[in-house]
Amino acid sequence: MPDESWAVVVEGLVKDFPPVRAVDHLSFRVSAGEIFGLVGPDGAGKTTTMRVLAGVMAPDEGSAVVCGCDVVRDPEAVKQHISYMPQRFGLYEDLTVSENIRFYADLFGISRRQREQAAARLLAACGMSEFSGRLAGKLSGGMKQKLGLVCALIHTPRLLLLDEPTNGVDPLSRREFWAMLYELAAQGVTIVNSTAYLDEAERCHRVALMHRGRLLFCDQPQRLKQRLPGAVIAVVSPIAARLREELAHADGVHSVLLIGDALHLFVDDAARRIPQISRALDAKGLFYDEVVRITPTIEDLFVNAVTAQEPH
Amino acid sequence: MLARIWQFVVKEFFQVWRDPRTRFSLIVPPIIQIIVFGYAATFDVHNVPTAVFDQDHSQESRELISRFASSGYFKITQESGNGARINDLIDRGRITLAIRILPGFAEEIRKREDASLQVVLDGTDSNTALIALGYINQITQRYQQDYQRDYLNRIAPLASQRVPQVMLDERPWFNKNLEDKLFFVPGTIGSVLMVMVMTLTAFSIVREHEIGTLEQIMVTPIRPLEFILGKTIPYLMIALFELLIISLVGVMWFEVPLRGSIALLLAGSLLFIAGVLGIGLLISTLSNTQQQAMVVSFFFVQPAITLSGFGFPISSMPPVLQWLTYLDPLRYYLVVLRATFLKGLDFDLLWPQFVGMAVFALLTLSAAAARFRKTLD
Ligand SMILES: Nc1ncnc2c1ncn2[C@@H]1O[C@H](COP(=O)(O)OP(=O)(O)O)[C@@H](O)[C@H]1O
Ligand SMILES: [Mg+2]
Repeated sequence: MPDESWAVVVEGLVKDFPPVRAVDHLSFRVSAGEIFGLVGPDGAGKTTTMRVLAGVMAPDEGSAVVCGCDVVRDPEAVKQHISYMPQRFGLYEDLTVSENIRFYADLFGISRRQREQAAARLLAACGMSEFSGRLAGKLSGGMKQKLGLVCALIHTPRLLLLDEPTNGVDPLSRREFWAMLYELAAQGVTIVNSTAYLDEAERCHRVALMHRGRLLFCDQPQRLKQRLPGAVIAVVSPIAARLREELAHADGVHSVLLIGDALHLFVDDAARRIPQISRALDAKGLFYDEVVRITPTIEDLFVNAVTAQEPH
Repeated sequence: MLARIWQFVVKEFFQVWRDPRTRFSLIVPPIIQIIVFGYAATFDVHNVPTAVFDQDHSQESRELISRFASSGYFKITQESGNGARINDLIDRGRITLAIRILPGFAEEIRKREDASLQVVLDGTDSNTALIALGYINQITQRYQQDYQRDYLNRIAPLASQRVPQVMLDERPWFNKNLEDKLFFVPGTIGSVLMVMVMTLTAFSIVREHEIGTLEQIMVTPIRPLEFILGKTIPYLMIALFELLIISLVGVMWFEVPLRGSIALLLAGSLLFIAGVLGIGLLISTLSNTQQQAMVVSFFFVQPAITLSGFGFPISSMPPVLQWLTYLDPLRYYLVVLRATFLKGLDFDLLWPQFVGMAVFALLTLSAAAARFRKTLD
């Protein structure tokens, strides 16, 4: 009996593209109305997972129940309830904005009146009302992405699957895009979206960090940060890249991450290591602005988890 | 269901029509092809480059050479010397044919001995060589008959009246003047149509795969049959439009008659187009890239035209190939085209061709629908 409070239930999902295992015993659940993020670098298996959920790819093992439909056994049943926006949304560049919308609306069997209302509302929401007669190929990257979302939302799905929806989108459009997602979630639509950017991940209600097909963590962004063992200290310096060599093998440092002009060091104990590192740098005459303890970002968490998993 | 198919049809039409390259390629190349084929595709030979080595320099030899020259089949250059250069001329491709009249030719004829004529042929193009040889035989035989009659006239004017001769009285049906264009134009209509439909449809699905719209379509509730119909109907209509254009060129420009019923021609064309569409869509669902689709469709179209009887008669093919031709929809369609254009035959004679094409269309279209999976593996 499928549990209706879960929009997505994934158990032990495996997908092989020999010799690569794209998804490796992945399990997670998404509750209805949630914005859930699949987060990981390229090749983590996000797209493959999305495709399984959308019912366009059969997994090798495991089960996936989406909106109460078993997508492994009957991939067609789920298609009435979901919308899927692939990483590269399939727009017909030689059709206009409204022709694209109309095409997808008819494939979903939307009546004309419903279509016109929904299209007007959605185009207005993303500031594209005046472009409805323009060829899709002549839109900017951000507008194409928004048109993709409009097409995906032209029927009212219970679950929206978005594969890296804001990739290549300018910050302003990105903000509008997220505003639309929050509004949808408020109306009860469940959203699963994937991203390789950790700042995007922080906007989700809950995230699953993926690496090489495996799930590293799955929790709320804030809680994930608290899980980081030890602490993160930042060494801010104009020569941060050079300091990396010096500090990578210092006592108590697990791993090092260079972000802008700062080095993030994962250490066992901040109170003990900050003075130790400052002294070491002073002794060698290496210049730095400051050495401070910081709140870890998801990126920190991610890098630490990955390096912990595979010690070089 | 109908709305979904209809929307597909509309979409495909828009796409074909808005792309200037596709629009151009729908109209201009077929017309050029049919015109080029109408003129170029001919079995007949004219102006075969021929070198004549007249080593006899007699009235008789000159008379024979002038008969060759005035026939129009040969473009004659007189060469001096004993013919040692023949090899060289043929190797360089200057001539296809060399005729050598040996010294003493007239002498022998006058003495009523057998006089001989040497002919060297470049057999690389065996068709041309054979046909040219046929004309040479004809011309020399005619020359011989005339010479004999002259001779008889001179020695026994009365007897010569009674020498019997067998005359061949030819009556070619359906193509009275045996014009090659009448044979080739209907065939060209068939093969041009096949090439057009193939190029349009072989790309149509794999292109959507490449631009990513196919993945999008897969997550909609559309059924494979709806998808295939949505892809079939527009191209069927476009192909009928093609048929109209190239048939008009055939009838108006080349004055090919249309003796049979237009309805029959249309019905046969619909079945043929449906079959080629089926193959094109099947290739498109099986390909991962447009390049693959292009290569595979090329490997279908080439043998399909060769085996169809377009240029080479099926009855002269080895049995295995003859059997293979039954898998070729163009084979059936060419019969229908020639029968409706040139012969004006009716359905009661043509139904086996219709059955052949219908079976082909049914098999390929259902294979395409069955192969079209809504999954990405
Ligand atoms: N259709 C496919 N054929 C072969 N390998 C694939 C295919 N799709 C994905 N992969 C491989 O599976 C792994 C995961 O890919 P993907 O799911 O696209 O990751 P992500 O979306 O996180 O970048 C990668 O190593 C990729 O090369
Ligand atoms: Mg991806």
